[in-house]
Amino acid sequence: MSDLIHYEDFAPGQRYELGSLAVTYEEIIDFASEFDPQPFHLDEEAGKASLLGGLAASGWHTASLVMRLLATGLLNGATCMGSPGVSTLKWKRPVHPGDTLTAAAEVLEKKDLRSKPDLGIVTMRVTAENQAGTQVLMWENAILFARREAAA
Amino acid sequence: MTTFFEDIGIGDTLDLGKHTFTRDEIVRFAEKYDPQAFHLSEEAAARTHFGRLCASGWHTAAVFMKLWVGAHAALREAALAEGRTPARLGPSPGFEDLKWIKPVYVGDTLHYSRTVTGKTESRSRPEWGLVHSDMRAVNQDGKLAFSFKGTVFVERRRDYIPSA
Repeated sequence: MSDLIHYEDFAPGQRYELGSLAVTYEEIIDFASEFDPQPFHLDEEAGKASLLGGLAASGWHTASLVMRLLATGLLNGATCMGSPGVSTLKWKRPVHPGDTLTAAAEVLEKKDLRSKPDLGIVTMRVTAENQAGTQVLMWENAILFARREAAA
Repeated sequence: MTTFFEDIGIGDTLDLGKHTFTRDEIVRFAEKYDPQAFHLSEEAAARTHFGRLCASGWHTAAVFMKLWVGAHAALREAALAEGRTPARLGPSPGFEDLKWIKPVYVGDTLHYSRTVTGKTESRSRPEWGLVHSDMRAVNQDGKLAFSFKGTVFVERRRDYIPSA
């Protein structure tokens, strides 16, 4: 347990690089078919005719892919105890087949939890950019982490 | 909301239906998108404060989208059957205040709904308006489990478009 990142180890301004992944056509269709079967997520022509300008991943798919990077790139090496929510999320640019997403998380603030002395809450800004360096997604959320030692 | 932007009223509510979360789908979603211990196995979840296997919050959100699209597809079919032209729906620029209020455990059933809270004209896209809504999901115990404030582009009536 001792090598895990605990609440005490976080400080505002810290930045964690979460890694990259490629978004495939098959994955976009697969996710959209199950969760978001709108024409612009399933068909190239419908995508071109839409505000997205071409077949694009469901925004929930993009968020879920970035969640994977957040889990494998940070949370699974830390004492993460879940999250109460996401205060804001912006889908800034469409994500198209073949795009590569690179994600990062930055610590905005941390707060002791009076009701749960063994936990603390860390607010992070999570961002993802595409291969052109353009930010496609940004969210801010509070994440609970176990403390190494309970607060006095 | 296959009605056009102009015809949507503040307070309009749409029942999006229910979804029961099975163990298989919770684990399948988590393996792909949120591989944290408490979403992957009962044994690992038992060692965390969740106590039991529970769905990724992004899974809860993705199921909202599934039901939202399904409800609107049904409204679209109904409009076409009655000879009305359904409005087109666009993408969403984002959301605010998403809350995972209660864990969603294996076998839980969430009942989702949407209530319109506001409308904004889009200056840059005169064919479209933005509709703001409160999205909610209540579990089988009647407890609010999930909510967020969402926004989506909805097509405007042709005769309202200044340039048309």
